[in-house]
Parts: sequence; C-alpha cells; structure tokens
Amino acid sequence: MDILEKLKASELKGRGGGAFSTALKWELVKKAKGKNKYVICNASEGEPNVFKDKYILDNYLPDVINGINLAVDFIKAKDAYIYLNKNYKLKGDTQKCIVFKKTSGYIGGEETAAVEAIEGKRAEPRIKPPFLTEVGLFNCPTLMNNVETFYYVSKIDKGEYNKTRFYSINGDVSNEGVYELPIDMSISDILKQTGNYPDFDFFAQVGGGASGEIMLPQELKVPAFGAGSITIYNKKTTDIYALMEKWAEFFHTGNCDKCTPCREGAFRIYEMVKNRDINYEVLDDIFFNLKKSSFCALGKSIPLPFESLIKKIK
Amino acid sequence: MKIKINNKEFDCKKGEVVLDVALRNGIKIPAVCRHSDLEPQNSCRLCLIEIKGKGIYTSCSTKVENGMEVVTESVEIKRLRRINLELLFAQHIEQCNECNWSYKCRLLKLAKNYNIKITKFNDRKKGFPTHQFGPSIIFDSSKCIDCKNCIAMCQKQGVGFLEIKQKDGFFRTVSNKEKECVYCGQCITHCPSGAFEEVSSIKEVENVLKKRNVIFQFAPAIRSSIGEEFGLPYGSITTGKLVTALKKLGAKKVFDVSFSADITTIEEGRELIERLSKNKNLPMFTSCCPSWVRYVEVYRPELIKHLTSVRSPHIISGGLIKMSEDNPIVVSIMPCTSKKYEITREELMIDGVKPVDYVLTTREIGRMIRKNKIDFDQLEESELDYPWGEPTGAGVIYGASGGVMESALRTVYQKMTGKRLKDINLKAVRGLKGVKEAEIEIGKRKVKVAIINGLGNIEGFDYKKYDYIEVMACPGGCIGGGGQPIPINNEIRKKRAESLYNIDKKKKIRQAHENPFVEKAYKEYLNNKKIIHKICHTTYGNNKNK
Repeated sequence: MDILEKLKASELKGRGGGAFSTALKWELVKKAKGKNKYVICNASEGEPNVFKDKYILDNYLPDVINGINLAVDFIKAKDAYIYLNKNYKLKGDTQKCIVFKKTSGYIGGEETAAVEAIEGKRAEPRIKPPFLTEVGLFNCPTLMNNVETFYYVSKIDKGEYNKTRFYSINGDVSNEGVYELPIDMSISDILKQTGNYPDFDFFAQVGGGASGEIMLPQELKVPAFGAGSITIYNKKTTDIYALMEKWAEFFHTGNCDKCTPCREGAFRIYEMVKNRDINYEVLDDIFFNLKKSSFCALGKSIPLPFESLIKKIK
Repeated sequence: MKIKINNKEFDCKKGEVVLDVALRNGIKIPAVCRHSDLEPQNSCRLCLIEIKGKGIYTSCSTKVENGMEVVTESVEIKRLRRINLELLFAQHIEQCNECNWSYKCRLLKLAKNYNIKITKFNDRKKGFPTHQFGPSIIFDSSKCIDCKNCIAMCQKQGVGFLEIKQKDGFFRTVSNKEKECVYCGQCITHCPSGAFEEVSSIKEVENVLKKRNVIFQFAPAIRSSIGEEFGLPYGSITTGKLVTALKKLGAKKVFDVSFSADITTIEEGRELIERLSKNKNLPMFTSCCPSWVRYVEVYRPELIKHLTSVRSPHIISGGLIKMSEDNPIVVSIMPCTSKKYEITREELMIDGVKPVDYVLTTREIGRMIRKNKIDFDQLEESELDYPWGEPTGAGVIYGASGGVMESALRTVYQKMTGKRLKDINLKAVRGLKGVKEAEIEIGKRKVKVAIINGLGNIEGFDYKKYDYIEVMACPGGCIGGGGQPIPINNEIRKKRAESLYNIDKKKKIRQAHENPFVEKAYKEYLNNKKIIHKICHTTYGNNKNK
C-alpha cells in the first residue's frame, strides 16, 4: 500500500483545527500542475491554551520530520519548510527542512498568511480561492499540514496509528499537560482519565484556545474538536469579564487589521469589555458582522467564545 | 458566460468579478476601498452580496461563475453594510469642509443612504498625527480608514515609501524613514477617505492676489479635467471658462503652459539631435516630470546623465514671465503635487529669483473657484493673454502620456530631415499602456523610443535598447496626475486624454517649431546661448535628501 492508500484507510483529518481530510489534500497537491511544489509544516501554534504541537516537537521530532519527508517524496516537492512559532526551539535534526521562524502574531497561523510571511511579505491572509493546493508558496502548489498531522502520517506509514490525538489540557486542573488519547473519547472521559475532572462547579473551553467554545459540564459527552484544547474554569472564582477581556485583547492585538469587521469590531469588543460597559445590542451587531463579513476564518471565529460564554454563564 | 443579478441575467467574461459586471449594468453596489488600478484590498466590506446557496461574499473579489445567482440587496446585507459603515466612521475623523472628496464623498453618501449615525462610536483616531512629506503631501492619519490603497499604490509606483507598522494593537500606515517620497501624489488619488492631500498654497495665493501683479499659468492637462471640479462630464474642455474664472479670482494675466511646452520640445529636440549625432549618453530621458527626476536622483543616480537638461515647461515660462512682466508673482496651476516640490529646487533659480512662486493643484483651484461662489459652468469664455497666447496642438498633448514624445518626434523629424512627418499622428506612443515603444526612421537613422507611465514600470526596464524615453510618474501621464480631480481611473484618464488629442487634431498649428509665439520668444528674450541656458536648462543630482 502506498502512503496515499494508507492515509485514506486511516481517515486522518488535519489537526490544525480545520479537520480537512489529509489524504484528499495530498491528492489535490499531487494532481495540481506546477513547476515546483512545496511542503510546509505549520508549527506556528499561536492560540493561548494550545501547546500540543510544542509537546510533539519536543518529544517526537524525528517522526514529524519523517512525515514531512514522506510528503516531499509523495508530491515531489522542491523544498520543505517548518513555519515555527518564534518561542519554540527545535531540538534535533531537521534534515533538509528549512526552518522559518514566524515573526507575526496570532494571524500568522492562518495558512495563507503563513505563506505570505515565508515569501517575505506581511502576514495577511490571501483571498481564497485559489487554495494553497493550487497556488501556494511562490505561486506553486503547496501542501501545508500541522505538526500533529505530520506526526501521525509517520505513524500511519509505520502501521502504528491507533486513532489517537493530542489534547492540551489546562486551566483550573491538577494535571495540566498534553495527553495522547483516542479521537472519539468524550471530553468528560478525557478529563476523568487524566485525573482532571473537577470536583467543583465549572465550565470548559474546548477547541482552539481563546477561540474555543464554552461548554457546560453536561455538554461534555462529546469528543473534543478543533485543535483539541480543553481549558477548565472554576465557575466561582473565574471573573468572566476578565476572561473576556483577555480574549478580546488577544484578538484585537493579534489580528491583521485587514478588514473592517475584525479590525474595528475586535477593538470595540475589547473597549466595551475592558470598560465593563457592554452594550449588548452593539455587541450583537459586531458579532453578526464578524461572522458574516470577516475576510478570513479567524475573524469569523471570534464571536464563538463570547457568545457561548454570555449565553451559558452570564 | 452568464450570471443572474437580482433575478436578471447578464453576460460576463471569465475572470471578471461580480462588482464589475453589476456596475457595468447600472446596478449599484457600494464599494469604498475598491480601486480599479489595484488588486482588491478586501478591506471595507461594504460591497457585500449574497450568492445563492453559498452565503455572503464581497463582490470586489468574487469571480463570476456560470449560472451564479447574486443578490445585491437584502435585509441581512443592509444590516451588514450599516454596521461596517458605522465601524468605518468610528475610525475616521470627519473634516468634510476641507476634504478633497468634499461633495463627492462616497462614505458620506452611504451614511445618508443607509441612515447611519456616524458618531455611534467614539472616534478612536482622535489625536492621531498628521505627517507632511516634503513641500507636497500631507497625510492626516486620523482620517485614514486603513484600506491600504496608498501603500499598494506606492509599491506599484516602485517607491515603497508608505508601509505598515504595528503600534498599540493596530497596524498603521506610516512612512519608511529609510526611504524618500517622490511626491507623485498617487496616494492622494487612491485614498477613499481623504486622508492624503496636497500641501495647500491657497492662503498664500489669496494673499498675493490682493496686492500683487499675479499671473496664472495652467498646465496642458488642466483644460480637460478642471470641469470635473464643478460636476461637468469627464473630459469636458473648459479652457476659455478657466481663463475667465482665473481673471475673476484676480489674476492680471493668464497664460497657457502649452506654449512653453513648445519651447521645451525645441530645446529637448536640439539636445536629442546632438546626443544622437555623438552617440553620447543615450538614451535620453525626458525630465518634465519632477517625480521622475527625483526618483532618478534618489533611487537611480546612475541615470542622471541620461536626463535631458531642459527645464519643465512651466519653469521655462515662469522664467520668461519674470523677464517680461512688471514685478510679477507667478502661480502655476498644475495637475501635480510634485510641482510644489519642483519650484523649491535651487538649481532653477534665475539670478536669485524663483521662476514660479506658487503651485496650485487642479483641485485647489477648483476649491478656490467654488469658495468665491463663481458659477463655473455659466462663465463666458475668455481668450488667453498675449504675448504668449494660443498654443499649438503639440503643446496641448503634453498632458497625456506619450505627448512629450510625440511633440518632440514631430519637431526632431523636421529638424533632421528638413521634411514634415508624413503622418504627424503618432498613434503608437499614445494610450494608457504602462510601457509603449516605437521605432521611427528619421533620415538614415532608426530612432527607437519608449514611453513609460506609472513609475513602477521603470523597474527592470531594459532602457539601454532605446534612444529616447519619456517617463511620467503618474499612470496616464499628467491627465492622471496626483493633483487632479478625484476619482481617477482608466476610463476617466481615457476621456481626459482623448479631449487633448481632439484639441490637437483641430489645431492649425500642430508642431512646436511652427509656433509664432515661440519664434517671438526666441527673438525677443531667448536670443543668446547664455540666456537660453539660464531660462531653459538645469542640472541634477543635488537633491537627494531634500
């Protein structure tokens, strides 16, 4: 069985948060026409509360590199890049991979913004279509996968994949850390298994760090999603306004300011939350515009944590 | 290919965006940051449409697909536009009275149409700084709506003076301290919110008008654009009305710079013939665009020796006016912001006297005329003043890209062969293409020429293959200049240029060397080499950091 067949059989989905079929992405790049092709390993991990890629790089770098090499061979790539969070250090041999340290903030993790940055431009998302699989780095077909995805590609190739994923668990927990557990395990079981299920009244934020969804204990019977982060908050001791302020500041300072709803909207959310003077009608308008008229997926995802928090906790 | 917009079917071509198809068919979609010279910025998020079955998209960047069904107005779209408008106004300090867009402001129109409260949020840019770039351009960052058209245009111009820097949680438009602005003013004409404008000389001119012998002269490109300042159709020719208006403002005399363009042509032609005969410092580059000259001095000093030594037309006529009139103040009305810088160049002083005292842009003179409540459209037409009256066709076409080249070739051909060009309409050098080239047989010599408009096109251009090259910093030449009425796009540039060529076509005298006033100037004022040198020629290379 060649690697593509193995990927198909494994049903591996991207672990950066988008959950796109890995086999399909590889096939698209393979079929795309271009003088050169590139592989990029996205190791930018810019969301607070998500730290599993760092864990994988620290502990399993050879497997990640092996996964990248498999991709290079498969699509016959000219070069492979590791687009690395500027605070991360790679300990070990990266072989022929070109390590590119991300200079920008949170937005730099968006795949087209990452490509812009590697090309030496400002990290700002591109219009899609065309997708990276057709027009990516230096206008060539480009395969971009997350660190964890490449790790599992290697595992799949070796026949060692047991349908697991990595979960970043933190917040008001006793055993903060990264855990490798089955992909279909429910959030509450994950918390129990890792000795983290709270014995106090709590809520969780699940998915992609600050842009993750707020979930109540009774909603945790489903598997985790997105980038696999689970953050626990003690309901009694958590100041939800301080929490929202933290998110809002993160979005306002970390976004790229390209489009009006995200540039101005994120700022106005921050302003209202910081001043503890929230006009819910205005907030609702801004959320509506972020979801419907932001340029990229990151802008569209900003309302989720706020809306779910306000609805479920406030 | 066909798409449906609001249930009506329209033809379209592959690669087109929905916005262009809609606008072409008279369907209005508000699009503030979109400029057809640039790739869509996707910034303002007002040109939203709904694609049936897919959701909300921006029409400026959504390419048509066969069978696509588009809705341009709905309750949801209206709500989205309203909120984004409110957010845009929240970052834009309104100074509508003094704004370049004034009554043409699209933002303000939309605010009315969508019935929004422009003060819903506090102005987050209150107290943001104003920057001045040389004697030409002002950037009031508190009016900026962050669309980044200015940065894109500055890059397209090959300058890259404007850039983005992060400060206090926002990416802001700033100037790069390592670079120099060339004052082309394309940031102004591509700014949808009036954050960029010229450094105004209106007050100073109003002041001298009260007490001095003020002489106005206007550039070739003004006659087909000034009308737009008063709502006339693009390309309207209003030379006679302009003369009347300027007289009403208090000008003692009004001259047409097209006349001195003919002197530039004759001098430049002479220099070209000399360089061709010696095969020295070829190609020769034109120098009437001060942004181009500055670009060479700052970024491409190796080209300095290729620049013609001839002064730009209004500087030559300024010198002549200073020689011939009684203690005059010379005010040039120019399509240009860079001319404000040009008149500060010390090499151009004649025995300590500036040939031109003030430069007003087309927009500034429009504002002055409006301010004085002169009903421009209703004005009688007046004649230009003597001794430098009626221009030739060759002088008028200086305002369009290729015009300097065409005028020079008409004259050079005659001077080198003793014969008039068979067809003096040199169509190959006309038009809006960024790089044009032509080859013309003059006697035994094949002269290869190129015309560049849009400064960015000079980057990587293999200039060594040519004998003579015209460069204009602004796309389309002076008709698309940084001092011209806004908006400007290719359709408008085309109309303004066409009007100039129509004037040329109808003129009896269409060659610079046949201009009787020029003959008179050489006889009475420019009658020895020394004085010709003083009035008509200059040097370069000392202005790098000015």
